[in-house]
Amino acid sequence: MSDKGRRRVPDRLGHFGVYGGRYISETLMPAVLELEKAYARFKNDRDFNKEFDHYLGQYVGRPTALYYAERLTRRLGGPKVYLKREDLCHTGAHKVNNTIGQVLLARRMGKTRIIAETGAGQHGVATATVAAIFGLDCEIYMGEEDIKRQAPNVLRMRLLGAKVNPVSSGSRTLKDAMNEALRDWVTNVYNTFYIIGSVAGPHPYPMMVRDFQSVIGREARRQILRAEGRLPDLLVACVGGGSNAIGLFHPFLGDGNVAMVGVEAGGLGLRTGKHAASICGGRVGVLHGSKSYLLQDRFGQIKHTHSISAGLDYPGVGPEHSYLHDTGRVEYTAVTDNEAFEAFRLLSETEGIIPALESSHAVAYVARNAKKLGPDKVVIINLSGRGDKDLATVSERMGFTV
Amino acid sequence: MKTARRSRLTEAFERLREKGEKALVTFITAGDPDLETTARLIPELERSGADIIELGIPFSDPMADGPTIQAASERALKSGTTLAKVLRLVRDVRKKSSIPIVLFGYYNPVFSYGLERFAADAARAGCDGVLIVDLPPEESGELKRELDRVGLDLVHLLTPTSDEQRMTLVARKASGFIYYVSVTGVTGARKKLAASIRDAVKRVRRHTSLPVGVGFGISTPEQARNVSRFADGVIVGSAIVDIIARNAGSKDLVGKVGRFVSGLKRGMRG
Repeated sequence: MSDKGRRRVPDRLGHFGVYGGRYISETLMPAVLELEKAYARFKNDRDFNKEFDHYLGQYVGRPTALYYAERLTRRLGGPKVYLKREDLCHTGAHKVNNTIGQVLLARRMGKTRIIAETGAGQHGVATATVAAIFGLDCEIYMGEEDIKRQAPNVLRMRLLGAKVNPVSSGSRTLKDAMNEALRDWVTNVYNTFYIIGSVAGPHPYPMMVRDFQSVIGREARRQILRAEGRLPDLLVACVGGGSNAIGLFHPFLGDGNVAMVGVEAGGLGLRTGKHAASICGGRVGVLHGSKSYLLQDRFGQIKHTHSISAGLDYPGVGPEHSYLHDTGRVEYTAVTDNEAFEAFRLLSETEGIIPALESSHAVAYVARNAKKLGPDKVVIINLSGRGDKDLATVSERMGFTV
Repeated sequence: MKTARRSRLTEAFERLREKGEKALVTFITAGDPDLETTARLIPELERSGADIIELGIPFSDPMADGPTIQAASERALKSGTTLAKVLRLVRDVRKKSSIPIVLFGYYNPVFSYGLERFAADAARAGCDGVLIVDLPPEESGELKRELDRVGLDLVHLLTPTSDEQRMTLVARKASGFIYYVSVTGVTGARKKLAASIRDAVKRVRRHTSLPVGVGFGISTPEQARNVSRFADGVIVGSAIVDIIARNAGSKDLVGKVGRFVSGLKRGMRG
């Protein structure tokens, strides 16, 4: 297998090429260094991995299916489409793979309190869930705008015993929730573990979250070899911060013939400026602990973003994605709210699977390019989450009243 | 090794030490509520006893700041403040005043401006130092190189979480002075300050001969006095910004800030 030209990233200080690193206040540096040390110690620890695998298998329900979407394939008239069914994970999205890993680490580090930011609420629910299993105090920061559009997840977090703190600053969405979580962490740093939900934040988060999520790609690789007797031609995943995408892509990076596309949130269209496509429409900057592509104005102020999907509504992207973009290994593109919405309906009607609006972006890309890809190709879409949480947004758009 | 160059910051601390005084460092956000007001505030701060000005560069996502300075940042951005305009303001202030000015902010506006251009323009405007909250020594190499070239100090932070290793590293990279953050938390006034600050400053001194300023949470003349007994500088931010917020639109805004700062200085001398 050709591994030529692929450097191991990140480096010792968390750099993926020029991206990543640790851009945080000095107060948090010792906490982040402590986390890095703990992760380095436990990631190859037998007991840790046994416990991680146990929860992934018995609690999350892994391995998730790799489902051949025959009707969707027929409807699109293009490549053979497989869906990696992360929507079948307990709590309804891939996010729980990571929260299990981090909570096991938090316990070993003796932390008694868990905090997290959330956009769509999937990471918040996944965090509240693992905090419930282990009886840890849990507070979730969520933008007021997102609380409105993702109400069912707010209720779920509360039922799970977490405190949901509404964030009213800035654009009242995911980036502001992350600001507030960082403020909490800096205040309660001694007893608190911050479970970041994406491959973002200061080192070691982007690497650690990638490692925990890579179970997606490892399974998919095994499953497609069994089903097709060969590797896929293309992997497609939506990219906000990019944890589900990196999870699927990473175990295939060395497979030179496997193409990969990350689909960003094009909102109302890249030209309107109302979108959340950091790589397609941004430039390099520093936010929330790492250097990466960023949506910002010409003065370096962070822009308000827009996406129909709360989980993608974020002005940054994980540093490894920026790196993979620059090296050309992964192609990044965007689809609009409308396209994602159409794909949401398409998958619901053809396969009886209601996808998250986030994941619908990946489906939309394949729908748009099916003819171009042609019939002898094999494509895996990461269906990162299920769409129950989006019913209010969707029914409003369709003019349904329940 | 430390360069032999003596910055205006170091000199300010030395002059005060000779007089047996401590530095009063006052923070305001540039452009809060607008740049004209900032231009009037800086001379007033100096007249009222401030020894060093920390001038905040507003940022859309100030994650190390509490509500008071977050709101100041928002007001400043709303009134159209940009880094270029802040530097122009410093240049104008320099026509009348030689009080040391430290730019205080987050990395992205500076990175976006361009590090080399920023260092050159900041030096030309007459700034003395730069403090970037989200730029620990591990990542500050590029900016430090540019600032060194033009003779500006890069001020670093130490905090209650800093262990011996961090203190050694930060002390080696810092110049101008060390900013000791008195609490684990964001900026903002606190009713009580921890008694352990004195010991912490003592620990910091074992690692550096630079002056040590203490900030975060100091809001009253009494607190300023207590801290000035063991620190070289007392840094007050949110308490001043709060007066600006409460008197926005008032003709006496500048005067009120001045009277508050005089009170702090009297406290420190008392």
